[in-house]
Amino acid sequence: MPTIVIDGKEYEVPQGENILEACLGLGLDLPYFCWHPAMGSIGSCRQCAVIQYQNPEDERGKLVMGCMTPVQDGARFSITNEAASSFREFIIESLMVNHPHDCPVCAEGGECHLQDMTVMAGHRDRRYRGLKKTHRNQYLGPLIHHEMNRCITCYRCVRFYKDYAGGSDLSAMASHDHVYFGRHEDGKLESPFSGNLVEVCPTGVFTDKHLVNDYTRKWDLQSAPSICPGCSVGCNTSPGERYGKLKRVHNRYNPDINGYFLCDKGRFGATYVNSEKRIPAVGRRSKDGLFDAIDSSQALTDIAKGLSTSKVIGIGSPRTSIETNFALQNLVGQQNFCTGISETETALVSACIEAIKESGAKIPSPREIERCDAILILGEDVTNTATRIALSLRQAVRNEAFNMAEGLQLQSWQDAATRMLVQDERSPLFLASPHATQLDDIAEGIFNLSPSNIAHLGYSVASLIEGKKDDAAKKTDANDYGNIAEALLKAERPLIISGTGVTDTSVIKAASSITSALVAKGKETYLSLIYQEANTLGITLLDQGQGPSLSNIFEQGENNSIQTLIIVENDLYRRAAKHKVDKLLQAADQVIVLDILDNETCNQADIVIPASSFAECEGTLINFEGRAQRHFPVFESKHPCRPSWEWLTEIGKISSNKNMLEWQCFDDINKACSESSSTLTGINEVAPDRKYRVGGRKIPRQPHRYSGRTAMVANLSVHEPKQTDDTETPLGFTMEGHSGDRPGELIPFVWAPGWNSNHSVHKLQTGSEGELKGGRSVVKIESKKLIQSKQQVKSVNQNNDQDHFIAVAMYKIFGTGELSSQSPGIIELCESESIELAIEAADKLGVSNGDGVTAHGVNGTVDLEVKINDSLISNCVGIIQGMPGAANINPGEGLSLTRSENWVRRSEIISSDQLGGKNV
Amino acid sequence: MITTPLTKNVHEDRRVVLVEDYEANGGYQGARKSITQMTPSECLQVIKDSNLRGRGGAGFPTGMKWSFVPMDNVSPGHKYLVCNADEMEPGTFKDRLLMECDPHQLIEGMICGSYTIQADIAYIFLRGEYVKAAETLSQAIKECYAKGYLGRSIMGTNYSLDLYLHTSAGRYICGEETALINSLEGKRANPRAKPPFPQVSGLWGRPTIVNNVETLCNISHILDHGPEWFQELGIGEDAGTKMYGVSGNVQNPGCWELPIGTTIREILEVHAGGMLPGYSFRGLLPGGGSTDFLVEEHLDLAMDYGTIGKAGSRMGTGTMIILDDKTCPVGMVKNLIDFFAHESCGFCTPCRDGLPQTAHILQDMSSGKGESRDIENLERLVKFIGSIGNTHCALAPGAMEPLQSAMKYFPEDFERHAKGKKCNYCETD
Repeated sequence: MPTIVIDGKEYEVPQGENILEACLGLGLDLPYFCWHPAMGSIGSCRQCAVIQYQNPEDERGKLVMGCMTPVQDGARFSITNEAASSFREFIIESLMVNHPHDCPVCAEGGECHLQDMTVMAGHRDRRYRGLKKTHRNQYLGPLIHHEMNRCITCYRCVRFYKDYAGGSDLSAMASHDHVYFGRHEDGKLESPFSGNLVEVCPTGVFTDKHLVNDYTRKWDLQSAPSICPGCSVGCNTSPGERYGKLKRVHNRYNPDINGYFLCDKGRFGATYVNSEKRIPAVGRRSKDGLFDAIDSSQALTDIAKGLSTSKVIGIGSPRTSIETNFALQNLVGQQNFCTGISETETALVSACIEAIKESGAKIPSPREIERCDAILILGEDVTNTATRIALSLRQAVRNEAFNMAEGLQLQSWQDAATRMLVQDERSPLFLASPHATQLDDIAEGIFNLSPSNIAHLGYSVASLIEGKKDDAAKKTDANDYGNIAEALLKAERPLIISGTGVTDTSVIKAASSITSALVAKGKETYLSLIYQEANTLGITLLDQGQGPSLSNIFEQGENNSIQTLIIVENDLYRRAAKHKVDKLLQAADQVIVLDILDNETCNQADIVIPASSFAECEGTLINFEGRAQRHFPVFESKHPCRPSWEWLTEIGKISSNKNMLEWQCFDDINKACSESSSTLTGINEVAPDRKYRVGGRKIPRQPHRYSGRTAMVANLSVHEPKQTDDTETPLGFTMEGHSGDRPGELIPFVWAPGWNSNHSVHKLQTGSEGELKGGRSVVKIESKKLIQSKQQVKSVNQNNDQDHFIAVAMYKIFGTGELSSQSPGIIELCESESIELAIEAADKLGVSNGDGVTAHGVNGTVDLEVKINDSLISNCVGIIQGMPGAANINPGEGLSLTRSENWVRRSEIISSDQLGGKNV
Repeated sequence: MITTPLTKNVHEDRRVVLVEDYEANGGYQGARKSITQMTPSECLQVIKDSNLRGRGGAGFPTGMKWSFVPMDNVSPGHKYLVCNADEMEPGTFKDRLLMECDPHQLIEGMICGSYTIQADIAYIFLRGEYVKAAETLSQAIKECYAKGYLGRSIMGTNYSLDLYLHTSAGRYICGEETALINSLEGKRANPRAKPPFPQVSGLWGRPTIVNNVETLCNISHILDHGPEWFQELGIGEDAGTKMYGVSGNVQNPGCWELPIGTTIREILEVHAGGMLPGYSFRGLLPGGGSTDFLVEEHLDLAMDYGTIGKAGSRMGTGTMIILDDKTCPVGMVKNLIDFFAHESCGFCTPCRDGLPQTAHILQDMSSGKGESRDIENLERLVKFIGSIGNTHCALAPGAMEPLQSAMKYFPEDFERHAKGKKCNYCETD
C-alpha cells in the first residue's frame, strides 16, 4: 500500500485509488460533487481541489483535483492549504450563483449534500450581484419531482441515468450556464432505475414526488433497516416513517447486493403500507355478506376451537417472512401446510434447486455478477423480475472496458476516459427470450425463441462446450450458438442466468447443463436463478416438498375434506384459475384470511385478520442466492394490526399447540425455525437478537433532531408522550442510544457530523464501495442441503398445432407485484390487463391495439385487451403475470384465440388531459 | 527558393486554385515523394527535424505530437488524422484564406500526415460558417478521389486513405481537440480529461492526431523541400513561415505569410500600414482573443512562440487585434468575456459559472454601475479561473488572459469604471 502525506501526516492508502476517495476513506473531510463511489471521476465540479507538492523542497505546490489524481507512494498533499481552501470556497460560491435560496421549502433540505458541502467549504458571502438564472421544470412522471433551478450542474444525474443505468431519455442539454438536465419533452422517466436520481442528485433537482407531496424532513423520519419485499433480490432498504405513515424508501448500503442503488419498484413500491385498502379491523362476515368488526380475542378463540375439531389446511405465502410461514406450518402441521405457490411455479422452483445441486456452480451475489465477464440469459426477463440484477449486468458487460483501460494504465475510476476509450466494446452478453427485453441494447447476441426453443439453445450450447457434436447442435445454429459457447469458455467467470420466469423447467435444466459443462471444463462458473417473490426460495426450503400442493388442496376441497382453511398473506386468485379458487373457498366451512391489503380472497373469507406489513414487523426473507436477511419494524403496527406470526402464535397458544406455547417473542419463533431443520440452520444469526446492546444502549431509529417532537400531538397535549419500548428488536423507537459503529444489519439510516445526506455512508465504510466498519453478518442457506421429494407435475395441455398460440408469461416491473402495484404513483404506471400479440397474429385475428380477443384455454375463456408487441415471436402470446385474470391462463398452455365481438374499446386518452390534474 | 510556400499559389482575386494548376505548380509532389519513396518513420523524422510547431495556438512541436501515435500492429484498427478547421478564435481568419484559396494544399498535407501516422481515415472538421471553404474543399476532395490521391491504393501503393469533410454545428470549444473529437462522434462538445491523450485514445477511442489547417498545409512542402529549407524560412529560433493577421483600426487590415519571427512592428506598420488617421496605438492581443495584451514597449519583439511567451503573452494564432485610444479596454474585454462565457461548454464550474460572474462585473462597470470592490473581485476571479489546472480545459484560463493583462496595462480605465463612471467609448446600454 502506498504511503502518502496529507498536511504533514503520513497515511497508508489503498493502491489504485484517487486522492479524494483516499481522503474520505481516511475519514478526512474533503468536499466533492461530481465524483460518486460507484461511478468514478470525471473532474467536472472542481470542488475537491487539493494542493499537490512536486518534491520535498516544493513549498508552493500545484492545485490538483483530488478525484482526478491517483495516489502515488511518497506523494505529498495539503487539504488545508489556503490556496486550495479558498479555491474550494470559490467553487461553492460559483455553484451558488444561480442556486435558489429555497432550502426551507426544498425537499432535500436537511439531507442536502450541497448544504453540507457549502458549510464544509466555508462559503458565506455572495459577491455576485446579478439575477439568478431560472429554468422551466418538467413533468417526469408520478415518481420523480423536477426542480431544475436547484441544479448545480454536477452531471451526476446523466452519468447515472445514461452511463451507469443505460437509460436514454434524460440528457444534458444546452451549454454554458444554461445546461439543462431533463427529457426532450415532459413525460415519465422510462428507466426502471430513475428513482436513484433522488439520491444521486446532490441537491433537490430530482426528489421523491411522494415525499414532496407529503413531506417530512430527514431529521423527523423514523427509520429501520429493512429488506425490500418486492422481488427475490433482497435489496437492503431504509424506509422512513412519520405519523404512522411510510414516507419514503432510501437505499441502505450493502456491498454484496444493492450497493448504492435500488430499482423503482423497491423505492416507490412500498407505500401500499399507507393504503386505504389496509384491512382496518378483525372482521367476521355476517349473513348479508358484509364484515362486522369483532373483538380479536373472540375471533382467535373461535379459530382455535375450530382447529382442534376439524381438518385444517394452512396456506402460506412466498411474499412474507419465514417466521410467519413457520408459525403457520407449526399451527396446522407440516402435512397440512401448503406454500401457496402455484403448481407450475413449485415445479420450476424445484428444478432451480435441482440445478443448483447438480451443476456445482457458484451462486453469485449481485456484486459478484458485476465481475462476471461472459453472460448468457436463458429466458428470464431480468429487468422486470429481478430489476436490480439488470443494473448489475449493465456493469458486468463493462469488464471488457476495464481490461482495455488497464492496457492504457487507466484506473477504473477514470470514468470519462474509460468510456471514451472503450466506446461500444462490451463483455459478451447473450440473451434468449420470447420477446424483446430491456437488456437488448447491451447484448452481443439476441435470440427470440419460444421457451422450448430456448431450452434447445441451452442444450446445444452445453454440448458445444462439452465438445460434442450431436443433433442438438444443428448446423443452422451451430455458428450462433458456437459464439456463445466460445465466449463462455473464454471468460474467466462465465455466468448463466435463468429462473422461474420463463415457466419452462426444461430451460432451467438447460441452464444447469451448461453450467455443469463449464464446471467440468474447470471454469469458475456462476449460475443465477431468479424466483418470483421475496421469499419464494425461503418458503420452498421451509416446506421441503413435504406439504400438499395447491392443486392437491383444490382436490381436497372438492372432496369436501377441508373444514378450516387458514390463508396467510396470499391472494389465491393470483395463484390459480378463478373457478378452482372459488370452489375451494366455498367448500371449506370456515375460511380465515390474514392479510395486509383487502383482496379478492379476503372477500371470500369468513374471518379476516389485519396483518402488519413488512414495515411494521420483523421477519426473515431468503433471497435468490439463499441469503437470509432480516427486516425490522420501522414503526409500530396500528391497532389492531399485528404481525401474522404473532396472530398465529396466539392462536397456537390458545389451542395449546405444544410447539408454540414456549414462543414469547419473534426471536423464539426464529430460533425454533432455525432448529427445526438442518436446512434453515443459521437464520437466527442473520441479525442480532432483541437483547443486543452496545454499552447497554439500543440502536435508535430516529436521528438527533432539533424540531420539537412534542409538537406532534400538541393539539391533544403539550406533554411529550413516552416513546414505546421496543421489546422485540435491538432497535428503539427513540433518538437516544448508540449511533457509533454497529453491524450493517442494524443501520437504520446514515448520518455523520457535517454529513447529513446519504453521502455520509462513507463514514461507515472502510473505503469507497467497501465493507461496513461495524461488520455484517452474511448467512447463506445452502439449498444443497435440501432433500426434496420429486414433484409430480401434470403436464399442461400443450396444443401446439397451428391454430393455437403458446401462452408465454410476461412480467412488468410495475404491475406484476401484488402489493407494490397498490402503491400510489406506481398505480398510475401499471398497465391494464392485456394480452400481447405479435403483429402477424393480430393481423390473422383481425385485431389491433385496444381491441379485444377471447382466449380459450384449459380454464375456460377469458376476454383480454390486445396489445401489439412487435418483438414477440409469432406463435406466442404474452400474458402479463399478476394482472387480474392472468391466473386463468397457465403459462405454456396452448390457447386458441378469437376476436372478441362484443368488446368495448376504452375511450382514447389524450395525454395532455392526463397531465392536467397532476402535481407537476 | 520558395519563400512563401503556403500562399505561393493564391491568386490575386482569391479564386480557388484548381487541381490542374496546383499540380502544375509542384502540387502533390510532397505526397508522391513521401508515399512512394519514404517510410512513415522517415517522414516523421523529416517533420521532427523541420522543427515545425503547431500553428493552432499552442505551438506544440508537430513531429513530437505525431511520434506519440503507436505504430506497432499490436492493436489493429483504425487510426485517424483530423484537421482542426474550426477557426473560431476571435480575430483569426488565416485558415479561411488557406482553405478558400488553395484547398489542395491542405488535402496534400493531410495525405502526407495520414501516411506518416498510418491513419486510414481523415476528417476535416470545418467551422460551419465557412460556407465557401466547404464548397472548395468538397470540390477538391472529389477531384482527389478522381485523380487517385485519395481512396484505395493511393498513387499505386498499398496505402489507402479516406477523407471526409464535416461541417461543425458550431461552438468555439470545438477548437479544443478533444471537444472536437467528441463533437465529431456526435457527443456533447465537452473537452475530455487528459491523459489519455488523443494520440493514444482519440476519435472512437482510437489513436488520433488533430492538427490545425496551417500546420497541415506546411507538411507537403517540408517533405518536398526538406527540413533545412524549412528551417531557413524562419528569422529567429522558430522555423518556417507564419500566416500573420491584423485587425482593428489600422490602414490595411489583412493576413500575410511572412517568415516566422518577423517583428510586431513590421507586421503592424509595414504590412498593415499602421494606425488609421485619428487613432493611436494602445495595445494589441498578439494571437487572438485568448492571449494577453502587449503594449508599445513590445512592438519590436519578434512574433515567435518563445519571444512572445517571454513577454507574458502567447503567439496564439498569430493574428493580432489592435486596441486603439478610442476604444475602452474595459469594453473590449467585456466583449471578449461575454463571448467566452457564452462559449463555455458548461462542464466545469469555474468556467461555466465563473465567466458569467466576470462578464456581469464588466457589464456593470462599462455601463456606469461599477463599484469599488469590482477590481478586487475581478482579480479574485482571474486568480481562480485563470490558471490551467483549475479548470477542465484551457478555455477559461485563455479567456482570463486579456482581462488580467488589461488590468495590468490599463489600470486607469478599470479604476475609472470602478468608480461608477462611464466612458466615452463604452456602449452604455
